[in-house]
Amino acid sequence: RVVSSPPALEMSAISASEKVDGFTRKSVRKAQRQRGCQGSSQFAASSSRPAAPEISALPQLKDASSTEQHELFMQKLQQCCVMFDFYDTVTDLKSKETKRATLSELVDYVSTNRGVLVEPVYPEITTMVSTNIFRTLPPSENPDFDPEEDEPTLEASWPHMQLVYEFFLRFLENPDFQPSTAKRYIDQKFVLQLLELFDTEDPREREFIKTVLHRIYGKFLGLRAFVRKQINNIFLRYIYETEHFNGVAELLEILGSIINGFALPLKAEHKQFLMKILIPMHTAKGLALFHAQLAYCVVQFIEKDPTLTEVVVRGLLKFWPKTCSQKEVMFLGEIEEILDVIEPTQFKKIQEPLFKQISKCVSSPHFQVAERALYYWNNEYILSLIEENNAKILPIMFGNLYRISKEHWNPTIVALVYNVLKTLMEMNSKLFDELTASYKCDRQREKKKEQEREELWRKLDELRLQETSAIQNNRHEIQFTAETLSFTRVTSVP
Amino acid sequence: MGTGTGGDDSLYPIAVLIDELRNEDVQLRLNSIKKLSTIALALGVERTRTELLPFLTDTIYDEDEVLLALAEQLGSFTVLVGGPEFVHCLLPPLESLATVEETVVRDKAVESLRKISQEHSPVDLEVHFVPLVKRLASGDWFTSRTSACGLFGVCYPRVSSTVKAEIRQHFRTLCSDDTPMVRRAASSKLGEFAKVLELDYVKSDIIPLFTALASDEQDSVRLLAVEAGVSIAALLPQEDLEDLVMPTLRQAAEDKSWRVRYMVADKFSELQKAVGPEITKNDLVPAFQNLLKDCEAEVRTAAANKVKGEVLPEDSRETIIMTHILPCVKELVSDTNQHVKSALASVIMGLSTILGKDNTVEHLLPLFLVQLKDEYPEVRLNIISNLDCVNEVIGIRQLSQSLLPAIVELAEDAKWRVRLAIIEYMPLLAGQLGVEFFDEKLNSLCMAWLIDHVYAIREAATCNLMKLVEKFGAEWAQNTIVPKVLGMANDSNYLHRMTTLFCINALSEVCGQEITTKHMLPVVLKMSTDQVANVRFNVARCLQKIGPVLDSSALQAEVKPVLEKLATDQDMDVKYFALEAISGMYLFNLPTYIFSETFSFSSILFFFFSFSLSP
Repeated sequence: RVVSSPPALEMSAISASEKVDGFTRKSVRKAQRQRGCQGSSQFAASSSRPAAPEISALPQLKDASSTEQHELFMQKLQQCCVMFDFYDTVTDLKSKETKRATLSELVDYVSTNRGVLVEPVYPEITTMVSTNIFRTLPPSENPDFDPEEDEPTLEASWPHMQLVYEFFLRFLENPDFQPSTAKRYIDQKFVLQLLELFDTEDPREREFIKTVLHRIYGKFLGLRAFVRKQINNIFLRYIYETEHFNGVAELLEILGSIINGFALPLKAEHKQFLMKILIPMHTAKGLALFHAQLAYCVVQFIEKDPTLTEVVVRGLLKFWPKTCSQKEVMFLGEIEEILDVIEPTQFKKIQEPLFKQISKCVSSPHFQVAERALYYWNNEYILSLIEENNAKILPIMFGNLYRISKEHWNPTIVALVYNVLKTLMEMNSKLFDELTASYKCDRQREKKKEQEREELWRKLDELRLQETSAIQNNRHEIQFTAETLSFTRVTSVP
Repeated sequence: MGTGTGGDDSLYPIAVLIDELRNEDVQLRLNSIKKLSTIALALGVERTRTELLPFLTDTIYDEDEVLLALAEQLGSFTVLVGGPEFVHCLLPPLESLATVEETVVRDKAVESLRKISQEHSPVDLEVHFVPLVKRLASGDWFTSRTSACGLFGVCYPRVSSTVKAEIRQHFRTLCSDDTPMVRRAASSKLGEFAKVLELDYVKSDIIPLFTALASDEQDSVRLLAVEAGVSIAALLPQEDLEDLVMPTLRQAAEDKSWRVRYMVADKFSELQKAVGPEITKNDLVPAFQNLLKDCEAEVRTAAANKVKGEVLPEDSRETIIMTHILPCVKELVSDTNQHVKSALASVIMGLSTILGKDNTVEHLLPLFLVQLKDEYPEVRLNIISNLDCVNEVIGIRQLSQSLLPAIVELAEDAKWRVRLAIIEYMPLLAGQLGVEFFDEKLNSLCMAWLIDHVYAIREAATCNLMKLVEKFGAEWAQNTIVPKVLGMANDSNYLHRMTTLFCINALSEVCGQEITTKHMLPVVLKMSTDQVANVRFNVARCLQKIGPVLDSSALQAEVKPVLEKLATDQDMDVKYFALEAISGMYLFNLPTYIFSETFSFSSILFFFFSFSLSP
């Protein structure tokens, strides 16, 4: 058994080459090699059903006369609805091969021939595709599946399924394809099932579904709002309920291109999507898996409508990671992407809260976080924004920069900080000198404030204790009064 | 006096307190919110109502962490706003909190709302609380509607019949909400809501909702309906069950999504209880058979956990299990999935008490034996862990021949946790198998664990020896264990030499004074000159430990000189523990040593390292 490259490399190799031709020998071989340890709900279920009927090869479409072709095409579509158990590697070998060859012929047929998509084939095609791809996804083989670390479970029936997806794509892309006819079959229910498939662990399948959904979104105007709403629901479930969905990155990729096409002014629905879904999505545990796509979507929104900058940045600041340095670096990356496209007037609106956060990042004990934040000073545009607003930004940044220039454990960070301090000094040497002079006083003032707060809370706690004992005393008093009362009554009734 | 006038305005102006709640540092803000009751106390009830609560309601935009703390605090704020007659003041901030995105915050707000709903008078409930629920139920964004689902149940029983009708209407609407999140919330609260409804309305309102939710397009909604179905079934009279809930439940057991079937399997015991013995016998048993044969391992695992069928009717339980369940169990024993087998192994032994001795010997024993030889250690372990059930029915002798190879194999398993688990069953097995069998077959295993390369195993092995001596007595110990343990004192590996000391620590008390003084003490004393410091300081600790078992002449004549010598050792940890031992035993006049902090700290560190070392 040969395992040549590390999993991450191998995966990216697959998706890269699939973008070119959709067929990769390597991935198919891999699927066969791994077959022992994979499941598929569909085929496992079929094992309790009677065995699949044997299918025999029909004549080739290209050999048939044009009058027979249509009938033969329909027959072949029906033949491809027979499902085989890929769990079982020994039975039905011949039929499996026949179906594979037929599918492959069908792919060819719809992509090279004109005039074959007559109305009666639409329902047949949809049925064949639905039968082959729609299924309840099986539970993950590995309950603690970590998409970053573990090898995904690959779909056992991929040798057929891949061809079905391929066929479906060629069908959707055929110049004769009529959305007005197809919409009767490719309806909301169909799309909903398709969306559920994005949760598949098999990255090859997700890649195909992504393209399929993209085509459907492009061709079926009536389904657009529905698709967006259902994607919202999937995301909300992911963020607030399960924290598990394998296809987030792919869905975001589609959304990236959808956002690109939004008309201005943006509809309330779209703004809500940005603020209530995309921004909270930054809190997800698996952010690393789709951050690039997510940041792309966010920046798209800001480029479309710069007035959204303030809410977006404030949203990101609200969800700023508290303990996860890896995420913090991603956030810093996203903020830089936003700053790259920010309008100077928008920048003024968020500079204070933003630079308070950057000031914290710069002094992070995690050197990668500090380093990432300090790199902002290498960005010409950001530097120009800082310079323009140095009177506001310098006082925010100064304290922490000054402190870590003396304290940070990592020499690289210290060197970077010196450079930043130098840049800031050159921007406004007068303010810089003032800040240096008042640094000590400011620290002392902060300390004093700290002490005052402690004092306040100490007094409050004392008060609380007094109150508690007062309440208890009170109870005693009441009891006592009650006793006196009863005593009085006894004496007054002789 | 009392809470009413507690606040001193000059000392605690609200601005200062609110500044604390607004502090830029999240951590400080969080601390302040967590002490919100202190602030309220300082302000007094009047100003809490008129100033603090409006402030809280207005500034609800904060980090979720802070909001969570706030939602929790408000749930027990009734006293601080002036008691039940003012409790409705707490509703506005909680209402906002019940609409935020973060589920944890929302759930906490709903929990607090449920709590304070009970403190409302019936009038206040209708005037203040119910309108809030209605507002939430018809909110724009799904979050408020999800929150509303959890609030119907708490106000329904205490309101007038017109309001009740409105509440039912709102619940119905939410059950067919456009958003799956809301339908999931409604589905999960359906059972709870049904419990507070009048029986007629359960039939007329809840059943249609149940049927609809149980056939929702999303499996996440359907599976929650299964749980509701269990609650609903428990509410209905027997004669209605067949028509009203069984068709839906039957359909759930055959759902196309494994998640729903899993839920049915998982809730099977509750379900049986809810529908009663008759339906169980006729309806659920066949469904259960299918679940045991399900194509998804997850479902089979959940079902396998329920094979004991606790709720089956007493009189027919044995027959049902024998004729319907056992054949499936036989198949599961050789399932392809280890989790299924493991779940089965953890309950299969329980069947023996139900089926009695003859059936156990004839039908179950072969299955136990198959599982004992299973390729997965977890399966074998689960069988061995439950041996006591079988022991009660047929006695362990019958099993012992086949048991032994399995035990030996587990005892040498590559995973130390498996070895650890089997050690823990040794005393039980020893008790059941008797001393002869033990000496012959298991003794060498127990001794081998003492030189395991994992410390946890060596430690468990010493503890095991102690328990064995408790069972078999001191004389047995002297003849079989003690010589071997003491022999290890001359081992070239210092970890093994230390094991001798640890064994003596554990055994001295159960072996008694004579064996300890005569056999163990000389060895311990001899080890005080060991070249490894860890051994020497463990000698000191050992002497302290066995001190109480020794008589005073031995202590004075033999232990004292050795400890005194160790107290002057050049290694500071040896010194430390020798002094500890001396002072711990109150034997001698304490020498006037000064314990510096660094000294004891480094000892502790060293001590720590000595235990985390492995050869």
